[in-house]
Amino acid sequence: MEPFTTLTGRLLALPVDNVDTDQIIPARFLKTTSKAGLGQDLFADWRYHPDGSPRPDFPLNQPGAQGAPILLAGDNFGCGSSREHAPWALADFGFRAVISTSFADIFRNNALKNGLLPVVVDAQTQQQLFSLAQEDPAVRLVIDLASQTLVLPDGRRVSFPIDGFSKVCLLEGMDELGYLLKQEAFIAGYEQRHPPRVDTRIG
Amino acid sequence: MKDDLVNRPRTLFEKIWDDHVVTEEPGSPAVLYVDLHLVHEVTSPQAFQGLRQRGLKVRRPGQTVATLDHSIPTTPPELPIQDELAARQMAQLESNCREFGIPLHGMHDPTRGIVHVIGPELGLTQPGMTIVCGDSHTSTHGAFGALAFGIGTSEVEHVLASQCLLQRKPQTCEVRVEGRLAPGVSAKDVILALITQIGAGGGTGTVFEYTGPAIRALSMEERMTICNMSIEAGARAGLIAPDDTTFSYLAGRPHAPHGAVWEASLLVWRRLPGDPGAACDRLVTLDADRLEPMITYGTNPGMGIPITAPVPDPDAIPDPGQRQAVRKALAYMALAPGRPLLGHPVDVVFIGSCTNGRLSDLRQAARLMQGRTVKAGVRVLVVPGSQQIKRQAEAEGLHRIFQAAGAEWREAGCSMCIAMNGDQLQPGQYAVSTSNRNFEGRQGPGGRTFLASPLTAAAAALTGAVTDPRTLEVRS
Repeated sequence: MEPFTTLTGRLLALPVDNVDTDQIIPARFLKTTSKAGLGQDLFADWRYHPDGSPRPDFPLNQPGAQGAPILLAGDNFGCGSSREHAPWALADFGFRAVISTSFADIFRNNALKNGLLPVVVDAQTQQQLFSLAQEDPAVRLVIDLASQTLVLPDGRRVSFPIDGFSKVCLLEGMDELGYLLKQEAFIAGYEQRHPPRVDTRIG
Repeated sequence: MKDDLVNRPRTLFEKIWDDHVVTEEPGSPAVLYVDLHLVHEVTSPQAFQGLRQRGLKVRRPGQTVATLDHSIPTTPPELPIQDELAARQMAQLESNCREFGIPLHGMHDPTRGIVHVIGPELGLTQPGMTIVCGDSHTSTHGAFGALAFGIGTSEVEHVLASQCLLQRKPQTCEVRVEGRLAPGVSAKDVILALITQIGAGGGTGTVFEYTGPAIRALSMEERMTICNMSIEAGARAGLIAPDDTTFSYLAGRPHAPHGAVWEASLLVWRRLPGDPGAACDRLVTLDADRLEPMITYGTNPGMGIPITAPVPDPDAIPDPGQRQAVRKALAYMALAPGRPLLGHPVDVVFIGSCTNGRLSDLRQAARLMQGRTVKAGVRVLVVPGSQQIKRQAEAEGLHRIFQAAGAEWREAGCSMCIAMNGDQLQPGQYAVSTSNRNFEGRQGPGGRTFLASPLTAAAAALTGAVTDPRTLEVRS
C-alpha cells in the first residue's frame, strides 16, 4: 500500500446522504476477479445514461473532476454491501480521501486497507465545505494525516479523528496482514487452548 | 482472563468477544480469532490471489467453507451458464477451493445454497462462535448467539491466512421488542420497523442485541430474518441470546455436536446469555403489539411505512437533509408524496434471499397463494434459499401451489436480491421483494423495490398491487 502523508487537491462534492456501495459500484461489475480498472464503473448508474453516454449534471462528469483526489459526501457514506470493490473503484478513479460526517463500518475498514482516508467532520464543517465547493468548483484542500488536520482555503484548520493504529498503517503504507502474521505465537497458543468448534471437511 | 472481568457482569457480546481475543497490544486493535469463515465466489477471488502472491496457505481449511450463491443462475442446473464472466468467477472459486483444500458446496451439490442459509442449516453456525464472511448479511448468524459480521476482501485474505482479524471493540445496543406480534405481522415487519425508527445509519459502530418477549417467541428462522437486516441499520452485527429454541433447531444437524460433546456444549451455551446487571451502551425499544405489516417506499431500508400509511411528504419533513433524501427517493421511485402505497401496481414479486428464503417463509407465502392465481401480467419468482429447502418445500408440495398459481419455482441462490445472475427487474418496473435492499438499481438498473414480508409479497402477487395481507383470507 502506498503511504498516505499529506494530500493537496481539489474537492469534488456529492451532496447525497446514505450513499450505498451499490451506487458506488453496481453489483453487475462484481463479476471481475481482479481489483484493477473499476474506476471507469464508479457510480456507473448515476454517471452514465443507460446507453453509456455521460450524464453531464453528475459531479464526476464535470470539468476537472478527473484528478480531484478528495470526495465530499453526505452522511453515512458507504452503507450497505461489504464489497471492497467500492474503495477499489474510488481509488482507481483517483480519490485518496472521502469527507463525510460518518462512514458505514465495513466501508471504513475497507477504505483504510486501500490507502483511501475516511475523514470525519462535524455537520457544520461539512456544510461549509459544500458551500465552498459550490462557490468555487476549483477549491483545493490540504489534508495532513500526521497532525490529523484538514486545512481550508482560508487557512482554517479542522482536526479529524483516526485511531492510532490505522494512522500508522497509512503513514507507513503498512499492511495489516503483515502485523497479523507476526502474531503467530499468540495465534498458535490460542488454537492450542481452543480446539476447533467445527470441522467443515467432515459431516 | 483479566481479573476485572471475572466478577463484572458481562453482556452476551462481551462474553463472546473476551473469549476470542487472541492478543491486544496497547494502542492496537484486538486480534480476534474466527471460528468459522464462510466464502463465496464474488468477494474471494482477489483474496486467494493475494495468498498466492505472498506464498501463503489457508491456515484452517477445516474452519472454512465455501459455496456458490451470488452469481449462480436459478435456472435448471443442466442448462449451460449464459453469463461468461459469472461462469468464470464460479470456476475460479472451484479451483481456489481445490488448490487451498477448502470444502465447497458446489454447483451440483445437494447442500448448496445461500451462504447464510446453509451455515445454520448444516449446523455449522453455533452459539458463542465468531463467524465472518465477505458479505454484509453475515449478521444473520447472530440469531444463534454467535458474533457474526461482514468483512471486505482484504479481511477475507487476512482470515484465510491467519484465522484472525484486527478488530476494534464496538459499542452495544439493546433492541428490546416488547409485546407480541399480531396475526399477519412477521419478523420482517419488526426489523423494517426498527430500521425505519432509527434510520439506515442508526446502528453504525454498534452490535445489536435483540431482547424481549416478542423476540423470545420467534422461531430460529424468524430470528435469522431479524439479525440478517441488522446491517441495514448500519449495525456491525445482531445477536440473540441462545435458548431452548436455538438448541432444538441445532440438535441433530450434520455439523452440530453429538452425544457427550452435545451435552457439554449445552452447558457452555447456557452460560452465554448476559449476566444479571450487565447492560448495553444504548437501549432502543419497540412495541410489537402496535406493529402493522411494513413496506418501504424509498431507496434505503430505513424509508419504510406501515402498509396502511401514506408515503411521506418531503415538504413536511423538518430536517433539510432528510427532506432532500426523501425527495430524491420519491423521484427515483416515481411516487406521489402523501398518497398511500396500497393499490400501487406491481410488475414483479420476488420471494427469496438470505432474509426470507427459508422454509417457513415459503410456507407462509404458499398458504396465502393456495387455491389462488397470480394476477395476470405479474412475474413472480420463488427462489428457495438452499437446495435442501427446495427439496423440503417440494416434499410438502409447496412448489405445486406456487406453480399452479402461476409463479416460477426456481433453483437456490441470491437471485433477484442482488441481480447478478440474470434474475433482474427491467428499468422502471416495480417489485415487492422479500429481500433486504431497496437501493437504486439493486434489483436491476432502473428497477424500483418495495421491501416487505413474504405474506405481503404473496398478497401483491395475487392482486398485482401493494396489498395488506391481512385483508386476504387463507383458503384451505
